[in-house]
Amino acid sequence: MRTPVLGILWVCLISSTAPAWAQNETEIDALRAELAQMRADYELRIAQLENRLDEAEKRATSQKTTTVQAESQETKPADTWQPDPYAEPISDGGNNASNPAIGVIFQGQAWSYSNDPDDYEIPGFPLGGEAGPLPEGLALGETEINISANVDDKFTAWLTVPIAIEDGDVVVELEEAWIETMTLPAGLSLRMGRFYSNIGYLNDKHAHSWDFADQPLVYQTFLGGQYLDDGLQLRWLAPTDLYLELGAEVTRGDKYPAGGSANSGVGSYALHLRSGGDVGFSNSWQAGFSYLQADAEERASGNEDDPLFFTGQTDLWMAEFVWKWAPNGNNKQRNFIFQAEYMWRNEDGGYTLPGTDPLPYDNDQQGWYLQTVYQPFPRWRIGLRYDLLSSDNPGQAYAGTPLMPSADDPRRFSVMADWSNSEFSRLRLQYTHDKAGFPDDRQWGLQYIFSIGAHGAHSF
Amino acid sequence: MRNLIFMILLLCAPFVAHADLEVLACEPEWAALASEIGGEKIKVSSATNALQDPHYIQARPSLISKVRRADLIVCSGAQLEIGWLPMLLRKGNNPDVLPGSPGFLEASEYVIRLDVTLDNDRSQGDVHPQGNPHIQTNPHNILLVADAMTDRMVLLDADNAETYQQNLSDFRQRWTVAMEGWEQRAEVIQGKRVIAHHKSWIYLEAWLGLVEVATLEAVSGIPPTASHLGSLLERFENKGADFIIRAPFQSEKASDWLSERTGIPAVLLPLTVGGTDQATNLFTWFDDIINRLLTAGNL
Repeated sequence: MRTPVLGILWVCLISSTAPAWAQNETEIDALRAELAQMRADYELRIAQLENRLDEAEKRATSQKTTTVQAESQETKPADTWQPDPYAEPISDGGNNASNPAIGVIFQGQAWSYSNDPDDYEIPGFPLGGEAGPLPEGLALGETEINISANVDDKFTAWLTVPIAIEDGDVVVELEEAWIETMTLPAGLSLRMGRFYSNIGYLNDKHAHSWDFADQPLVYQTFLGGQYLDDGLQLRWLAPTDLYLELGAEVTRGDKYPAGGSANSGVGSYALHLRSGGDVGFSNSWQAGFSYLQADAEERASGNEDDPLFFTGQTDLWMAEFVWKWAPNGNNKQRNFIFQAEYMWRNEDGGYTLPGTDPLPYDNDQQGWYLQTVYQPFPRWRIGLRYDLLSSDNPGQAYAGTPLMPSADDPRRFSVMADWSNSEFSRLRLQYTHDKAGFPDDRQWGLQYIFSIGAHGAHSF
Repeated sequence: MRNLIFMILLLCAPFVAHADLEVLACEPEWAALASEIGGEKIKVSSATNALQDPHYIQARPSLISKVRRADLIVCSGAQLEIGWLPMLLRKGNNPDVLPGSPGFLEASEYVIRLDVTLDNDRSQGDVHPQGNPHIQTNPHNILLVADAMTDRMVLLDADNAETYQQNLSDFRQRWTVAMEGWEQRAEVIQGKRVIAHHKSWIYLEAWLGLVEVATLEAVSGIPPTASHLGSLLERFENKGADFIIRAPFQSEKASDWLSERTGIPAVLLPLTVGGTDQATNLFTWFDDIINRLLTAGNL
């Protein structure tokens, strides 16, 4: 193939140079040199073209000829995957190079209550943190922006910035911002920054992966929704067949149930121990225990305009259990989840009620929830959840205050149905019969959750 | 004091050092291949089984502890495991098997991937921009991955390098003979038209010269819809196709429905080792694929 192409080029060259007959020897020499140069150039370019053609042919026929390729050493597959060296560079020099995985989660909802949600309270359990009913009527939920990437070969980073609407104002929050090690030895990893504590099963799950539109009552009352704080988390994974993870956290103690960044900004500690395994191909389970000790200084709870202040220590013990079933592990077709958590807490310190001096408070409270979610066929799921709280009597000094529990234990029953077109979209209907507040409340909710961009894998 | 520490270290040694190379495969075909190459020198397990859809399993606790102990992880890659593998790697706290290290082998990196696209618009469904990840259904690809896998095992466990290389050359010989046999037997189905449940078979189709004329899923990764099946019925009423194929974990409803109305045979094909009773190893797996196609086509 080279000969005819070269021939044509030579004819072109000669015809174009023919009228320029040389006047003297030096000019002829110069022309000869130029010609030689051009010839070399053309030959190089033809060789390059032939290389590219070869490459293309190799790619086109490789499916049929991989055996041959694999058997001869010089055509290893890695070679056929070299980037095209003649392609125009697509980089702009690096200034705009950006690698983080970026994802956005859109959430919206509509809730209807038979009571005024602004007056919602659970007697004996003044709510703190983010706890409480979702806004009534049509409302935008948190729009969550997730950005994550490996920092370098040793660290990875995660950022979650929710944009929320609070009382009509757009509020940008910093929900998670952490760095985690990837290469510590001996099964260790260290996370630093702002993160959801790893206590309990649901605490570190983002709202878009919950199976109900709201958190169980134990999370709302004991953890202010979800416990989130700034600090360090060390995790150790045992090198055993049985999954066994131990974790310890030390955090600032700025968020409910801690408060006021006590002890010079080292206000809370947490521990967790978690295990899990499979039973055949269709069943798997996870169980764990967690402990949180949080110091509170002037921690506000209850009515926002007229809060109660607690100073003292919270000890919270948690037990979690999750059982998942899917025929042969194919959860996309059919699956069933049983999930239960129990929490017990003691708060020891003093409460300052509006217009009073601090009163001593030492009280035990507990609660649990139990939920099941069933997917009978692809895309559709139904779920049931039962919530219960109970509290000891904190003493007659608290009669008539929000800290005095009602005679009946607060309880709640919820049912939900959701439809997911793909793993990136979900529409949900939920009904909750709430006997936690007073009087009984019938709550209907509609919710959507959509995700675009990068979407990290979900944990078990 | 120093002696005491030494004693403790010595006592701990059997628990810390392990003789076997622990291989965790994401899919059964790579587990089977690892056994061919590693033989008795390795301990191998698979994160998914043949009756599971490898796109959608849970990042289960048992898998996290397997990642923790693994020396080598072998996965199809090209985002097939994107829904669970990143979580396992993050929680597994094992720097030796992170992407980029010798202990992480992405099989699809070593073959020619088909359907590579710059378009990752999700309205097209579960699109994998790096190409279709179901590379294992072309046996030529298996051989390419066998090379790469052997290199890694040699790198990670030099003491047994000879065994691995010997096993590879033995495997290559048997596999090459087997491939010739399959290609000969499958000549009669060259050019046959296929309706696939999901785009799981394009490497098989490219290998055997089958032509994919439609998929039961209107949008990749989203279960077949009634309206799409209706339009397929209209298109193929007069037998415009020769096979309707699906993997064991895909519901038989859609292919049976279309098969009953069009007379096109519905065929279940093992997508990997263990997918059918007959597909007991890499060799019988491809035997069974060819057998089932020939039987269904009365060829």
